[in-house]
Amino acid sequence: MTTWLILGGSSAMARALARAVASRGDAVILAGRDAGDLAATATDCRLRGAPLAEAVAFDARDPAGFPALLARLEATEGTVNVAIFVGSMPPQAEIDADPALIDGVIADSFTGPVRLLTLLAPLVEARKGTVVGVGSVAGDRGRIGNYAYGAAKAGFATYMSGLRNRLTRAGAHAVTVKPGFVDTAMTWGIEGMFLVAPPERVAADILKAVGKRRDVIYTPFFWRYIMLIIRHVPERIFKKMSV
Amino acid sequence: MQTRRLDLTGWGRVLRATSDVARPERFSTLARAMEEAPAPAMGQRRSYGDAPLNDKGRALDMTRLDRILGFDEEAGILTVEGGARIGELNALLAPRGWLLPVLPGTGFATVGGAVAMDVHGKNHHHAGSFGQHLAGIRLLTPKGEKRAGPDKQKDLFRATLGGLGQTGVVASAEIRLLKAKGSVMMVTEHRIRDWDEHIAALDTSEATYSVGWIDATATGAGLGRGILEEGETGAGLVPPAKRGRKVPIDAPGAALSPPVVRLFNAAYWRRVPMRGRTVVKPIEDFFFPLDRIYDWNRLYGKRGFHQFQCVVPLGQRDRLRDILETVAQSGAASPLAVLKRMGPGRAGMMSFPMEGYTLAVDLRAAPGPESLVARLEGMVRDAEGRIYLAKDSLGSAEAIQAMYPERKAWAKIVAKHDPEGALATDLVRRLKLRETE
Repeated sequence: MTTWLILGGSSAMARALARAVASRGDAVILAGRDAGDLAATATDCRLRGAPLAEAVAFDARDPAGFPALLARLEATEGTVNVAIFVGSMPPQAEIDADPALIDGVIADSFTGPVRLLTLLAPLVEARKGTVVGVGSVAGDRGRIGNYAYGAAKAGFATYMSGLRNRLTRAGAHAVTVKPGFVDTAMTWGIEGMFLVAPPERVAADILKAVGKRRDVIYTPFFWRYIMLIIRHVPERIFKKMSV
Repeated sequence: MQTRRLDLTGWGRVLRATSDVARPERFSTLARAMEEAPAPAMGQRRSYGDAPLNDKGRALDMTRLDRILGFDEEAGILTVEGGARIGELNALLAPRGWLLPVLPGTGFATVGGAVAMDVHGKNHHHAGSFGQHLAGIRLLTPKGEKRAGPDKQKDLFRATLGGLGQTGVVASAEIRLLKAKGSVMMVTEHRIRDWDEHIAALDTSEATYSVGWIDATATGAGLGRGILEEGETGAGLVPPAKRGRKVPIDAPGAALSPPVVRLFNAAYWRRVPMRGRTVVKPIEDFFFPLDRIYDWNRLYGKRGFHQFQCVVPLGQRDRLRDILETVAQSGAASPLAVLKRMGPGRAGMMSFPMEGYTLAVDLRAAPGPESLVARLEGMVRDAEGRIYLAKDSLGSAEAIQAMYPERKAWAKIVAKHDPEGALATDLVRRLKLRETE
């Protein structure tokens, strides 16, 4: 049996992934802060076919709770996969007004997840699992609109690359996922969104990538080309752009 | 809560609205939205007219709150969030031997919408309406959270079933399921030559599920010609239902023009052999035949269409024949007309069903069907019948109000729970349904 630990389980993308793996018959442990919401998704997953689905508490800013997650996973049998959907993106203007907000962004999107992953890595290696790290296209280049968040996601992507290097040696794996605009509460009603993908599409792309042991995916796929262009704009031009 | 300005329509795509829409993904955000700025809920907007619309106002999109919250297998009670789609629930339940007690004509309808319209299905003559199978609902009213059911908050419960979303937002509902034999339907189809044969066949049918399809282009001796479908659930293997297809563009006006529709209907009728036949179908093909074409409403072109559905008491069947004749002679060319016998079952004060016969027809938006609908409305009223508010887009306040005898009492209960009128929709305003005087 395969067990998925899904961190940030209340997000629309995480919920879509949880449902998709539940209907394949995998077990699901949903971790996050909104216990009531996670319990509802867990029940939903059980009725969709998960042999086990439960909610556990997880706060990226509180590492004291991390060992309990490891202990819970150690009590399972079979493959252990970990999917990370945590992150927070306050508007850059709010961060500029209150620089202390950066600590939270970095903890939610970078330091919290990587500390937990470092703790879980030996178990993932032993159980030949896969880590799915959901970053963002925002991490590919610092942009005026969200560069604090982008910086955290860039750090996360670099960590994922190193983790993949490590896990591969043990026969385990790590997939870096870079979604473009996804139709979630985070993007709802925000100006300037285009080519917005449904969360179910992202979940399907993730599962395909896990199955094929892909290293880095953009979802939907065309973001690879959009970001290819954006990454190659010379800095002396890019610094004047507001994309 | 973050909102998004959207241009919206009902399923018929004639009536339009621009609203600021919030789309909560968790119960806690829904509850906060209802505290801060209560607004009418909308689901998949499968009501044809303006029932789901709130022009120049706010709305709550419920489609992300679509989880199963519990299933008591002993009691057969399923608890689901209001945004869950009927068809998706059916697909999950049928392989486990359970069936929703009432399935409306589209699986895209949400549970919240089914509550707000107290929908009926092809088994209405036996099973009654959707609301009659609810063990309880969790309602977020502008005055706070309420739990209502057959034994608690009975007035609020009766005002909510078929209550057009005016008492509050359906956060979740507890539905009593039926045991099913399996996930296929045994469907018997009979060719029906005319109106009298159609009525007689519906009257004598002993099937659990029955529905009559009428070729609404047939006039004269062939009036009422069609196919009677009778269904029973069964176990067995059939090929899985085909994946949904999409209509790529708004069809040109000619696609459903009278000659095309006449040809199609004649061929469709002859498809069933004279002596009838029995076929095995996937369950969703029987209950949601049109869902296979995801956005079939685009077949009517840019201008959209209206639907008209009424019910008349058993003794008024001749007047229903007159109504069908009026539609057939108008050349409004509806490819789809449905005739069903209804039982007396209804759950709420504003529920549509009454014991009798119900007829549903599509009417193209051009040329204007306003005068036709006004005429039909008068005929329904004379027949002591009722027009279905989930379908209505052209009714008049005076006539519709006369068809719903409990409306005033309902409006008073609604006023108690939503005194500011925050949940009013375009339909409710157009038909002045919430006036208490």
